Amino acid sequence: MSKTTPYRHWALETDMDGYAWLTFDRADSETNTLSKEVLEELDSILDEIKASQPKGLVILSGKPQGFIAGADVNEFSLLENRDQAFELIRRGQGVMDKIEAAPYPTLCLIHGYCMGGGLELALACRYRIAMDDPRTRLGLPEVRLGIHPGFGGTVRLTRLLGPAAAMRMMLTGRAVNAFKARKLGLVDYIVPERLLKQSARSVIEAKPKPHRPGWAAKALNLPLVCNLAANSMRKTVARHASRKHYPAPWAMIELWENPTGNLKKQYEAEAHSVAELVVSPTSKNLVRAFFLQTRLKGLSKGTEFDARRVHVIGGGAMGGAIAAWCALQGMQVTVQARRLEQLAQVIVNARKLFDKRLKRPKLVRDAMDRLIPDQEGLGLSHADVVIEAIIEDAGAKKELLKTIEPQMRDTALLATNTSSIPLEELSTVLERPERLVGLHFFNPVSKMMLVEVVKGTETSEGVIADAMAFVGRIKKLPLPVQSAPGFLINRILLPYLLEAVLMVSEGIPAEAIDRVAVNFGMPIGPVELADMVGLDVCLSVGKVFASHLSHELPPGLEELVAKGHLGLKSGQGYYRYRKGKPIRSKQRKVGTISADIEGRLISRLLNEAVACLRTGIVADADLLDAGMIFGTGFAPFRGGPIRYALDENIETIETYLDELKEQYGDRFAPDPGWKDLSETL
Amino acid sequence: MPVKSSTQTGGYTPAGSAARAVYIVDGNRTPFLKARGKPGPFTATDLAVAAGRTLLVRQPFSPSAFDEIILGCIIPGPDEANISRIVALRLGCEEATPAFTVQRNCGTGMQALDTAAMHIATGRADLILAGGTESMSHSPLLLQKPMVATLGKFYRAKSPLGILRAAAGIRPRHLAPVISLLLGLTDVTTGLSMGQTAENLAYEFNISREQMDSYAIESNTRLAEAQDEGFLEEISPIFDAEGNYYDHDDGLRRDTNLDKLGTLRPVFDRPFGNITAGNSAQITDGAALVVLASEDAVKKYDLPILGKIIDCHWSALSPARMGLGPVHAMAALLHNQRLGTGDIDYWEINEAFAAQVLACLHAWSNGSFFTKELGFEAPFNPIPPDRLNVDGGAIAMGHPVGTSGARIVLHLLHVLKRNNAHRGVASQCIGGGQGGAMLIERGEELSHE
Repeated sequence: MSKTTPYRHWALETDMDGYAWLTFDRADSETNTLSKEVLEELDSILDEIKASQPKGLVILSGKPQGFIAGADVNEFSLLENRDQAFELIRRGQGVMDKIEAAPYPTLCLIHGYCMGGGLELALACRYRIAMDDPRTRLGLPEVRLGIHPGFGGTVRLTRLLGPAAAMRMMLTGRAVNAFKARKLGLVDYIVPERLLKQSARSVIEAKPKPHRPGWAAKALNLPLVCNLAANSMRKTVARHASRKHYPAPWAMIELWENPTGNLKKQYEAEAHSVAELVVSPTSKNLVRAFFLQTRLKGLSKGTEFDARRVHVIGGGAMGGAIAAWCALQGMQVTVQARRLEQLAQVIVNARKLFDKRLKRPKLVRDAMDRLIPDQEGLGLSHADVVIEAIIEDAGAKKELLKTIEPQMRDTALLATNTSSIPLEELSTVLERPERLVGLHFFNPVSKMMLVEVVKGTETSEGVIADAMAFVGRIKKLPLPVQSAPGFLINRILLPYLLEAVLMVSEGIPAEAIDRVAVNFGMPIGPVELADMVGLDVCLSVGKVFASHLSHELPPGLEELVAKGHLGLKSGQGYYRYRKGKPIRSKQRKVGTISADIEGRLISRLLNEAVACLRTGIVADADLLDAGMIFGTGFAPFRGGPIRYALDENIETIETYLDELKEQYGDRFAPDPGWKDLSETL
Repeated sequence: MPVKSSTQTGGYTPAGSAARAVYIVDGNRTPFLKARGKPGPFTATDLAVAAGRTLLVRQPFSPSAFDEIILGCIIPGPDEANISRIVALRLGCEEATPAFTVQRNCGTGMQALDTAAMHIATGRADLILAGGTESMSHSPLLLQKPMVATLGKFYRAKSPLGILRAAAGIRPRHLAPVISLLLGLTDVTTGLSMGQTAENLAYEFNISREQMDSYAIESNTRLAEAQDEGFLEEISPIFDAEGNYYDHDDGLRRDTNLDKLGTLRPVFDRPFGNITAGNSAQITDGAALVVLASEDAVKKYDLPILGKIIDCHWSALSPARMGLGPVHAMAALLHNQRLGTGDIDYWEINEAFAAQVLACLHAWSNGSFFTKELGFEAPFNPIPPDRLNVDGGAIAMGHPVGTSGARIVLHLLHVLKRNNAHRGVASQCIGGGQGGAMLIERGEELSHE
């Protein structure tokens, strides 16, 4: 075996039989990403290989976790303008072209993640073989960063899979597993680890014809069919992402619908399109959100705390969903509830989640085995983590905490999922008040990435670190916040919700309010959100806030709750519900009042966010933005409330708040925190 | 030694023996779910895992502490080979913990406990998870042999003509499935169904239909009372994937009476027989697991003690009279232990058939039976009815064949505890002509302290 290693990130070996094995093992990183330097090295390696005329080239990864995670996102932020971006993308494309043009067979051996630019590199090879393993994931998630594939992916994936499957993958950004990848034709074979290298040799030896889509898939490329399909894609995309806020998917459809001549031209068009997108504010903010996510993930790496057994007390919607989620993530979970009906409901809901997420019957069965209904609370004394999620009543919670503390292991984490009761009040009943931490999950638990890790005045730093490690272990994003009414997320959301509800009581149609919020970039309108959270919950949290934070409760809310109209769960709140969907009246037009609606909603939200920052509920503005993006879905392309405020100009907002205060009352009075914020700039 | 014994004699802890004491630490079972003409919600593995995980969650040791897992199961599914190992792995016992499955027909559940007890008594193991599991509702339907042969030709056929020719070989009568459960409940050597062996005993001991039906009513009444009083502490609820939960033995017939039972037709000796669905054990799904420990293990993990297994005895007799198995086994057991009826506080004789339990009671104090059949000089004193199956039996709650042996031992311990009693015997008849009996003692202390 001959070896040449003048490279930092790549190792090339040519074996006795003439196969070249090129291993990518990026220096200084646990993850393989394609940086400028990495690509430059690859470029010269390809020249070197060409000269040696190998029998075939196999590209593989030296990282245990996966193949290639994509382009080096850090380099995106260094891009100053479109031309610079275009230049960089074209260089990358050049390397891919070189792989594709190789006179010898090229093959990628894929294990673990193979994302973005990594998959584009694999697509430039003639063959792809993926490891048959649940961890294998292939995808082009660029759209989530506000861009689209730029190393020829838009062209090559469409050619390989046909437009329908390719566009679906790129527009959703969703990754596929090994089995699905084989079915689509994205990889030629899936083989177990033990046969990876052997299969690579066999395929190169046999040189089968590369995969091509069937005639039916290709029919979509016919001129008229193509336009029809593109329009239908646009309709689907419009339901999820507006063209104004999220231009990337629209640009992708454009590229496919109107190809600009030969392949070379198409790659060039792709590069132009990405160059434009990558320097747009949307992409900058989405990339920032990506880094914020990485930062939150990093917070969970503080300790060695290794939770394996979780005991959840409370068989309601939250308790059940938390228990199911923990079991999904490999924990052994005992879930305690008073009534067997509740436990049966927990189990059936968990089964639905497992079926959806795990799919394979064996994995579903294992997860079901890990989730143990436990009416008597037998799991309490073994658990590494105990999460209390019973009714939101301080008395009941205190009584429970007092009972369970002596039964728990000394080292076990004791967490409450309270959404509004101060930790200091609950911990008074404990022998060791410093062990109580808040783990505030959001509804629906399986979709909301964020968990607020709440520190009471007595909570110890070690407990907070353990709690964050646990949150990371169950693959959620921990956000450390101080114990204060509503903590961070609900505290910021509530004024916004109350303002929306107030507007309804003023006679503005709920539909109009919600549409304005959605157009702003919220995932769901505030009135519908209030219904979803439950009007009874809004009212009780509202009351807590009203006493602590001098908010006023809007008229009408109490009456609705008294009538039993609690929102989605009772079938009626501000909307009426059929099959879990609100019935929206189409007659009610938005009218001319919309400018004020957005202003009133968003200003109250921003004002409260600044107040939270000023009072130190959260450590810094980035964490606040991260919390709002991952906890509420606050328009990610706007980068979070504080980033948005800074982009809009602080003085302008302050002036606007003053105007609103004149017109609508003191609740709009600018928070003193705005001054601090402008000073930090 | 007048006792005929097919296997071993003596016990684990007879006086002077070097055998180690065997403690029952804890036990748990699923509710018994009556088979309702289609596969029930749980496979045998699911049932054992459900019973086992609740049992394990309340232990102070981790599942990896077991030296061995020994379960019994008679009708495992085709995907449940060595079901014990599958259950062990699904329960999170360590991969390095061995597991095996035992089978002695209806004696299976007790066999698992006996084997585990022997491993502990001899010092081979200190901590064992043992018990039985059965999902009778899942017993497979099989194809008839001619059908299998035709299918074989069909798969091997290489031309369309060959396929047609193979298909032409199928006859309508070949399509009827073979019900494996019925085969399992038939003794192959005599050709008698289990019910017919009970009919034999009814004839031999002159037991009337009315006596059988009265016994069946008593069994239902006792179980109903036990359920109402919360006496069945050994049951933990189980949950299926459709949002249902099961927290009690659902085969119980609370509203049954002599008139109703009288209307049922004989199932086995049609149309003139006496054994009906009403006075036989039900076809049922269920699992029962116990934790057995040596003194060392009890000390090491500071385990609570439910009781001890003192001895176990297996006997055999004519398959045509298999229902008398308990008499043979219990007689030998008590003889070896130098005990009489009065020394035993409570009894469990598994209710395969009312006629069979009644026959055992007749035989137990029948002098000529004991002289002729067992070579004893005298029979035992009668077993008082209020000391036998005090909370009902398999007629009321069902008889998951591989499980019942473990169930009656576990339940007997709870009965002893409830009545602050000391000694009990659990016994069962075994298809094929055998009987098993286990002697247990309650006690919350280690024997040597």
